[in-house]
Amino acid sequence: MSNNYTEGDFQTAQTLETFGFLPKLTQEEIHSQIAYIIANNWTPAIEHEHPSGSSNHYWTMWKLPFFGERDLGKVVDELEACGRAYPDHHIRLLGYDNYTQSQGSAFVVREGRV
Amino acid sequence: MSENAYKAGVKEYREKYWTPDYAPLDTDLLACFKVTGQPGVPREEVAAAVAAESSTGTWSTVWSEFLTDMEYYKGRAYRIEDVPGDSESFYTFIAYPLDLFEEGSIVNVLTSLVGNVFGFKALKHLRLEDIRFPMAFIKTCGGPPAGIQVERDRLNKYGRPLLGATIKPKLGLSAKNYGRAVYECLRGGLDLTKDDENVNSQPFMRWRDRFEFVAEAIRKAEMETGERKGHYLNVTAATPEDMYERAQFAKELGMPIIMHDFLTGGFTANTGLANYCRKNSMLLHIHRAMHAVIDRHPKHGIHFRVLAKCLRLSGGDHLHTGTVVGKLEGDRNSTLGFVDQLRESFVPEDRSRGVFFDQDWGSMPGVFAVASGGIHVWHMPALLNIFGDDSVLQFGGGTQGHPWGNAAGAAANRVALEACVKARNEGRELEREARDILGAAARTSPELAIAMETWKEIKFEFETVDKLDI
Repeated sequence: MSNNYTEGDFQTAQTLETFGFLPKLTQEEIHSQIAYIIANNWTPAIEHEHPSGSSNHYWTMWKLPFFGERDLGKVVDELEACGRAYPDHHIRLLGYDNYTQSQGSAFVVREGRV
Repeated sequence: MSENAYKAGVKEYREKYWTPDYAPLDTDLLACFKVTGQPGVPREEVAAAVAAESSTGTWSTVWSEFLTDMEYYKGRAYRIEDVPGDSESFYTFIAYPLDLFEEGSIVNVLTSLVGNVFGFKALKHLRLEDIRFPMAFIKTCGGPPAGIQVERDRLNKYGRPLLGATIKPKLGLSAKNYGRAVYECLRGGLDLTKDDENVNSQPFMRWRDRFEFVAEAIRKAEMETGERKGHYLNVTAATPEDMYERAQFAKELGMPIIMHDFLTGGFTANTGLANYCRKNSMLLHIHRAMHAVIDRHPKHGIHFRVLAKCLRLSGGDHLHTGTVVGKLEGDRNSTLGFVDQLRESFVPEDRSRGVFFDQDWGSMPGVFAVASGGIHVWHMPALLNIFGDDSVLQFGGGTQGHPWGNAAGAAANRVALEACVKARNEGRELEREARDILGAAARTSPELAIAMETWKEIKFEFETVDKLDI
C-alpha cells in the first residue's frame, strides 16, 4: 500500500486483498509464504493480470498449477519467469487446497505498473 | 388379559421409556439432556419421563395408543451418566426415531425436544446439551445458502479471516450519515460492515433509505479499493412479508449479503429466508439476539452448541459465536466445540469441548464463525489462534472508536490482522509474540500505532458463568 500520511487523513488505496495493507514483502518473506503453502500440502499456482483487469475473478494462469511441487526454489523460479514475461502485470501466488476446494493462501507477490 | 389390552390409569414412565439395553440406530436422532429432578424421584423415572414427554407419551394411558405401534414411535432413554462435580443433576441420553420429525424442519425437532417437557413439574431444571442429527435428517435440510467455500470465491477473500464492523451508534443515525459510516469503514480496509441487530426500520431511518445509501457506499468503496465489499442489510422484520420485501430490494440493489436474527425472528422465518438467499445468490449473516436467555444458565435451557447446529441446518452463512476474549461470555473450549459444529464435515465426541456425540455433517456447507463484541487490535493474535481463517472478526468500537475515525480504525484492524496472518504462516507463536508482531507492524502504520495506544489497557476478564462440567 502506498500512502502518503498526513496525521488523521486516511487516503484510500487500491489494495488487492490479502497482505494488501502490509509493506511490500521482501524476497525472504515471500519464500516463507511459499514454504507455508508447501507445508500445508497445497498446490502452488501463479496467476497474472494487467492492472486494468485486476477486479475480475479470473486472472490468467501462468502455466498449470505446480501439482506435487515440494521445492520452494522451483516456485520462486516460476514467479521470476512469469514476471519477466509480463513485466507490467500483477502477479499473484496461490495455494490450492483440494480438500476445501478453495485457496488456502492467495496474495499479490508483485504489483504491475499502472 | 393380554398385555395388548387397554387398561386406563397412570403408569410409571420407566416401564415403557427406560430402555438401557437399546442400541441406537444410525437413523435415530439422539439427544443429551442435563436433568435435575425433584428430590426423591429415581433417576430412571425422571429420564423416562423426559423421553416420554418429548416424544409420544402423555401422563395417562389412552386407548387410541393401541391403534398404532408405539414401540416404533416412542423415544427411549437409553443411558444415564453422572455430571462431574454435581450430585444433584445427571445426564440422560434419549433416542428418537426419525419418523417423529418432518423432513427439513428444525421447527418440528425443537417443538418436540424442547416443548412441554421443559415445564414438567417433576423436573427442577432441564437443559438440552447436545443433539446428534442423523445423516438421513441432515440430507433433508437446505443448510447454508452458500457456505464458506462459495462465499470466499464470491468475495475473493482467501487465506485469512474476514474483517467486519457493526455500525455505531447502533440506533439513531439518519440513513445518509449511516451510509457515511459504512463507506469510511470499507474504504479503510474492512471487508464487510453490519447493521446492528436493533436496526430494523425505525422512524429515524427507514429500511429503504438505509439500503440505498449503503449500496452507494459499497459501490464507491469497491471502485476505490479494487476489493469486494459488502454490508449485512438486516431484513429482520415484524412479518415474513416485510422480511421478503426487504430481501427483494437488497437483491435489486445488487447487494451480496443480507442479515437475520434467527432466534427473535424464529426458525420458520430463518429457514424461509435461507431458501430465498440460495435461490437469489445472496449470502446470509445470522445474529443471535436472545441466545443468552436460552443458553447461559448451566442447568436450564438449551446449550448454544445445539442452537448452532440447528442454525447450520436451518441455513445461514455466518453465525455469531462470541469472542472468548471480548466483552461477552464464552469459555474457550466450549466455544471451540460449537465452532467446529459450524465448519467441519465431521466432529468427534469430545467431552473436553462439551461435544457429547460424534456428528457427521456429510456434504452440508460450512458456516463462518463470527467473533464480535468488545474486541480491538490487541486481541487480534488470540482471535486468529482461536478462530482460524474461516471466521469473521467483527469490530465495533474497535474500528469506529479510533481517534482518526472509521477509515483509520479499519486500516489499523486490517494491518494488525495481516501482520498476524503473515507471522502465523511464518511459524511464529502469535499469542506469545503478540507485542513484537503488532509493534513491528505499527512501525509502518501510524493508524495501528495509535490504535494500540488507545486500547492498550482495555481487557474484559470476568469468570465465565456457564462452565463445562469436566
